This record gives sequence, structure tokens and C-alpha cells, in this order.
Amino acid sequence: MKFAVIQFPGSNCDQDCLAAVNGISGVSAEYVWHKTTSLDGFDAIVLPGGFSYGDYLRCGAIARFSPIMASVVEAARNGTLVIGTCNGFQVLCEIGLLPGALVRNRGLHFICDMVTMRVEVADSAFTHGCPQGSLLRLPIAHGEGCYVADEATLRELNERHQVILRYATPHGRIDPSANPNGSAENIAGICNREGNVFGLMPHPDRACEARLGSADGRKIFESMIETIGSSRVRAA
Amino acid sequence: MKVKVLVTPKATVLDPQGAAVRDAMQHLGMPEVNSVRIGKYLEIEVDDKTPNLDSRLNDLCRDLLSNPVIEDYEVVK
Repeated sequence: MKFAVIQFPGSNCDQDCLAAVNGISGVSAEYVWHKTTSLDGFDAIVLPGGFSYGDYLRCGAIARFSPIMASVVEAARNGTLVIGTCNGFQVLCEIGLLPGALVRNRGLHFICDMVTMRVEVADSAFTHGCPQGSLLRLPIAHGEGCYVADEATLRELNERHQVILRYATPHGRIDPSANPNGSAENIAGICNREGNVFGLMPHPDRACEARLGSADGRKIFESMIETIGSSRVRAA
Repeated sequence: MKVKVLVTPKATVLDPQGAAVRDAMQHLGMPEVNSVRIGKYLEIEVDDKTPNLDSRLNDLCRDLLSNPVIEDYEVVK
């Protein structure tokens, strides 16, 4: 099983993503430079965090036009699992694979912190290793992580169970005090309607070993691996 | 030809930067300031003899220079 980690100029979590995936047995990850145009042979795609193209214009606005992105869109349409963390989430919104947008944090500060979030959908391709309502501790590090979408989009996200993670208190309550950046409805991560594209502001890639303060991020990558494994069984 | 493009946050999108500047202006002796919205201003030098300039420019304003989910744009010539 092979994961692609896309590298844009300015990506800075590519090594974390590669190490996170390679730390799980039976899987390997490879870098794919953004000027490449093929993703043949990969079972999953990771868009890492960072500051692609210096965040010029808007976060992710220029990266979405990178040559590799046409293949990412095609793979996503064909059902390949795609995960975008932090800047990767911003790129997925900019290119329209996920609804909404990410804007400047409400408090204007760049926030670098370990936060708690609640798993809202336990049977998603990215979280089925986590019971519904379970809590994950993952680091965030962003200046533009405030998720916004119009009312109709938010309603649809809720109705279709596309909100996968919400920022929560350490006791699992969803309230404004647990919202680090002003995101609508404490949204930390969403998936597309088909459920195979997932974007989140927190960094599971930076929390895959206990010595990093949390190993909860591993559950997300392990869920992806299980999803891919079981779909292969179904296909066979 | 010089084309100017103004990109502004949609009215429904919170603009914390604008709010901070509004507060600073009020603090510095202009309590009558009610609101500040901060956007972007782009000056684009373009060869105006190219065909379909307006529609191509508008397409790029929509796809690259602004994000229609959160921003509006205006082309000023």
C-alpha cells in the first residue's frame, strides 16, 4: 500500500507526513513533487501542511493550480482517499474538493497549541478506528484556520454527516471556549459528500508517537489504511 | 493598459483585521468610525490588444484573484 505526499514549494510538514505513514507497518509513503502530473500506483494522497507559495494571495490559492492538482482531483473523483492537513485543507477548499473556506483566526494570532477535538462521525473512512464521541488530542499551528461556510452549506454538512471533527473541551463539550480560531460550529475537519476527501486544520502527522505528546494522529492514518485494505477485499 | 482589481471580504464574513483597525482608529481619536473592512488592491499591467480581455480577466478574478466563497471583486479600468 502506497501513500503519496505532495510537496509544494513552501510545504513544511511533508517530512512529518512521510514519517507518520512510514511509521505504520505495511505501508510506505513517497514524496511527489507538485510539478509531476501522475499519481498512478498510489492508494492514498496526503496534502501536507505548510505555506505553499508563501500563502501569497490566499492560503492555497496558487497551489491549487499546480500541475499535480489535476491528478489529485481525478483521483478524488475516482474514490481515492485524499487527506489534507492544515495548508492541505486550505488547498482542498480552494480547489473546491471541499466546501467552505479558511480565513484569518478570529483572534488574529497564529496559534500553536495542543487541542482536543471530538470525533463526530465514527464510521468515516478516516475515523472508523475511533468510537463516536471519542476525543483526540492533536496539535494545531495556523494563522488562517477559521472555517467559514454559508448557512446552506453548514446545514448540508450537518445533514450529510460530513463534519468529522469539532474542537471540544477536555470533557468533550462543544462550546465557544474550546474553539481556538472562531471556526463555524467549532468545525475542525470535514469530508466531501462521497466521504473520500478529508480536510482538517489539526496535524495528525505531528502526533503519531506518544513521545510527541500524543499518538492520536496515528488513528486517522490507520483508519485510512484499514479503509483501503477493506475496499481491496471487496474489489477482489 | 492598467487594470485595477479590488477584492473585498463578503459582508457576511467576519473580518477580524478590519475590526482591529476600527478599534485602533476609535482609540486614536475617531470614535465616529463604525466599521473597517480590509481587502486587496491589485494593479495589473496588461496588453489591451488581446481578444476577449474582459471575460478572461473576469474568469481569473473569480478563479485566482478572489475566492467567491469569502470575497467579492471589482474590476476598475
